[in-house]
Amino acid sequence: MIFSDADLNAIWLTLKLATMVTFLLLLIGTPIAWWLSQTRSWLKAPLSAIFALPLILPPTVIGFYLLIAFAPEGPVGHLTSFFGLDSLVFSFWGLVFASCIYSMPFVVQPLQNAFETMGNRPLEVAASLRATPIDQFLSVVLPLCRSGFFTATILGFAHTVGEFGVVLMIGGNIEGETRVVSVQIYDHVEALEYSQAHYLSAAMLLFAFIILLSLYIFQNKKTSFGVRL
Amino acid sequence: MLQKSKLISICLGLYIVWCIPSATLAEKINIAVASNFAAAIKQLIEKFEKTSTHKIQVSFGSSGKLYAQINHGAPFHIFFSGDQTKPSLLAKNGLAIKSTQFTYALGQLVLWRAGNPSDNKPVNRKTLTSIKFNHLAIASPKFAPYGIAAMQVLKTLNITQKTTKKLVLGENINQTYHFVASGAAQYGLVAMSQMYKINPASYWEVDEDLYQPIKQDVILLQKAKKSKAALAFLKFIQHEDNLKLIEAFGYQSNLDKAPLVD
Repeated sequence: MIFSDADLNAIWLTLKLATMVTFLLLLIGTPIAWWLSQTRSWLKAPLSAIFALPLILPPTVIGFYLLIAFAPEGPVGHLTSFFGLDSLVFSFWGLVFASCIYSMPFVVQPLQNAFETMGNRPLEVAASLRATPIDQFLSVVLPLCRSGFFTATILGFAHTVGEFGVVLMIGGNIEGETRVVSVQIYDHVEALEYSQAHYLSAAMLLFAFIILLSLYIFQNKKTSFGVRL
Repeated sequence: MLQKSKLISICLGLYIVWCIPSATLAEKINIAVASNFAAAIKQLIEKFEKTSTHKIQVSFGSSGKLYAQINHGAPFHIFFSGDQTKPSLLAKNGLAIKSTQFTYALGQLVLWRAGNPSDNKPVNRKTLTSIKFNHLAIASPKFAPYGIAAMQVLKTLNITQKTTKKLVLGENINQTYHFVASGAAQYGLVAMSQMYKINPASYWEVDEDLYQPIKQDVILLQKAKKSKAALAFLKFIQHEDNLKLIEAFGYQSNLDKAPLVD
């Protein structure tokens, strides 16, 4: 086995984190994307800008603010202690929280695009056939926008796996809790364990390539069969 | 035609005026410095540049990262490491000159608590052994010199087991400092050199018998072999006044220095 136990721990933790974050972001991101695609409110532009912020902000900015917010004296720290919860700083759930913020635009934007391309017509038809809103969502929106959901899932997952700066700043590098693969690689490099770093890096490279390949194959199929959305 | 040759001679004249003096008199060198030494080196450079025409450009980072960069051809002239191992390894690999390696500082560890020092109990050995905290920030014991020393302290005090779950690791001593400064971790084992603006009531200088001395070595890199500026700066560091300056930043200075020859 070329991976040490610590490496395997990091891989497992990374997959756990990315799965959890993708699941939560699909739950939170879908209504947000839906609202953004339907609304004519003046709030659309400022809110879109806020949700797209993590695309532009360096991880150091997000990490810096989150560290201060999570600290016992910070706003989030006060909130968690008020509800009797464990502090988020240096914890797995802190990473989940941070990753949700960081990966949000990668889930919201593909969904919003899909919803906007679909337009209102299919829903109007469904409503005239007396489909309930839940029914409309499950049997009209989901199948029509499945490509958008697929892209959002893949990008949300992949982007969380690839996260480094924020995790380094708020994670505290704890094995099994916050030491994800990107941090483990960094540790190997710092400790001059270059061959270990090579193995993990190559694994990450392969993973990223496969993820993107599957995404592009899926999108090509979609267009070559002439299916919209 | 006449104008063209005139232009060329003007250009040539300007080139000579600008370039020759800078090439012969003043040199610009790049040095790589372990982050714990940041505050001290800034003052040393400022002082050096007052009396010298040479200019020094400084890059900070963890010793491991700087070591990797130097190994891959980074254009540094001098390497101020946070330990002794990495300069020695560079010399062994033929990237640095062994005879120029010397210990410029002995790092000291402090236990630091952020926040208002007046409304809390004093910080001392008991603070550490009673373990009444959720998080203790240390630098990574896998590679950071201050992290290795921190683990030695915990081991000597026999509290390694009890503190394992409370440790959070900074990738270098500056990040460890930041964990405590932001209030995210209540306590941290950080470097004395980071305490120069901090109220002494909020930290405890860890007893020296609890850890191995943190010897920090500097070395001249192979590609700077003929650099007058680099050698001048190393000699400047060894000057007694400047070793005193280093001490003022929370280090002990070590005097078994290498004899530097031109």
